[in-house]
Amino acid sequence: MSRLVIDQVTVHYPGSARGVAALEDVSLVIGPEQLVVALGPSGCGKTTLLNLIAGFLQPTSGRILLDDRLVSGPSAERGVVFQDDALLPWLNVLDNVAFGLQLRGMSRAEREATAHRTLQLVDLVGFEQNPIWQLSGGMRQRVGLARGLAADPRVLLLDEPFAALDAFTREQMQELLLRLWRKIRKQIFLITHDLEEAVFLATDLILLSPRPGRVAERMQLDFGLRHSQGESARSIKSGRRFIETREYVLSLVFAQREVSTT
Amino acid sequence: MTPIEIGIVDDSLSAAVPSAASRRAANPAALPGNLLTVNTISMLTLVVLLAAWWATTTAGLIAPLFLPSPQSVLGKFWLVATKGFMDSTLWQHLAASLGRVLCALVAAIVLAIPTGIAIGLSRVAHGILDPLIELYRPVPPLAYLPLIVIWFGIGELSKVLLIFLAIYAPIAIATAGGVRQVSQNRLRAAQSLGATRFQLLRYVVLPSAVPDILTGIRIGLGTGWSTLVAAELVAATSGLGFMVQSAAQFLVTDVVILGIAVIAIIAFALELSLRALSRRLAPWREQGIS
Repeated sequence: MSRLVIDQVTVHYPGSARGVAALEDVSLVIGPEQLVVALGPSGCGKTTLLNLIAGFLQPTSGRILLDDRLVSGPSAERGVVFQDDALLPWLNVLDNVAFGLQLRGMSRAEREATAHRTLQLVDLVGFEQNPIWQLSGGMRQRVGLARGLAADPRVLLLDEPFAALDAFTREQMQELLLRLWRKIRKQIFLITHDLEEAVFLATDLILLSPRPGRVAERMQLDFGLRHSQGESARSIKSGRRFIETREYVLSLVFAQREVSTT
Repeated sequence: MTPIEIGIVDDSLSAAVPSAASRRAANPAALPGNLLTVNTISMLTLVVLLAAWWATTTAGLIAPLFLPSPQSVLGKFWLVATKGFMDSTLWQHLAASLGRVLCALVAAIVLAIPTGIAIGLSRVAHGILDPLIELYRPVPPLAYLPLIVIWFGIGELSKVLLIFLAIYAPIAIATAGGVRQVSQNRLRAAQSLGATRFQLLRYVVLPSAVPDILTGIRIGLGTGWSTLVAAELVAATSGLGFMVQSAAQFLVTDVVILGIAVIAIIAFALELSLRALSRRLAPWREQGIS
């Protein structure tokens, strides 16, 4: 079981206003089987945080460790799912999912078998040979998820994965993600600006505040866990505790906003 | 499965196969009430043009020396195709011209694609090669043809080289553009799947640039074809350009028109086949995915 440690990380973008950091002194631990959700408005540094963990960006100060090894660049041990799917349109569904395995030099038969198993996990059996540009947004996002999973990373990072989907598909995808998380027992780090999504999915909710990007609040939640243990999403979301938590987080967001505007 | 899920699965199934109706809706010419498609209108235009040509020449309004009738051009077509003109049949002239363009095209593709990749990826290569290409690209090929003739004589090499230069620049520039425009997320996705630098180039950058490379080839082939005909006007003993030029010297106007028509038809066919190839190799571009 892996452990991801973000240790007092600060990021200044070159050329940005002096003193304002994209992220300031952020510390975070993502332990085994956790589903950590970073929530915040645009400009709060949540994308910066994800890019740091993925290795696309280097921190100005502080460090990021995965199982006590310093993260210094992108690698297959940290899989990423993007908002705009970032699939390769010249490959069909199966080859897209098998792409990471192909890069690793796995034989065709072996990687297609793995890709096929992963497609079963995301309910896309029967679409193996379809070109990805023929799929709907939700299906493409499932292919992106399958591609990330097939490479068997230690941590799965999701960059606002459902933001571009319609409300129905989004809920369906959230439930799919929880089922997957339960099944594959990997740690997941997801960023979103959707409050209800964050409260529903997270085992650990990190609320980020903007300018400079800081951790404003940490909460431990169990709605996602309850759903993955069989309780229906509707009954969780209409429950009193869910609504209270959501309103509480909303009040925190508004409180921050007042602080930052005064 | 809940009813909602069933509904969504249905929806995604139909989205997986874009229907003819949704494609038609995207084409303004096919709106209800518009019976004529753009293609029909274009065909009609050509038919009207041909009829006007036939009518004016048959009525004797223009002397055949200036504008021969379509019938006589067609008759000449048969004659040149079977008996030949200036020691070669039409097919031999055509083969000579196409052979030159093909030679130049293959050489240009082989050299311009690596050049474009280098320009797109490396700052140093960009700095060195970009001014060289931009220096000669805007100059009309006929302007530097004399220099090429002085250096390389009036043989095949000069003609192929001239066409090669005309094709090379558009392909190199288009390839560089395609390489630079590769989506950052696609690169990042491959990196976080463990891609090495070479794998990024081989599996992400190059396939991403294929549609742009094809556009470059299409543009290059267009300018190459027009350069070829010009080159053959200057120094040649066969080829479509040569055929037109020598026919003009003897005032054989119907062969001139025949030659021009064949040149136009070949250019049009090249353009259409490259478009078809582009649709086949990069069908996602039609769907608005870059």
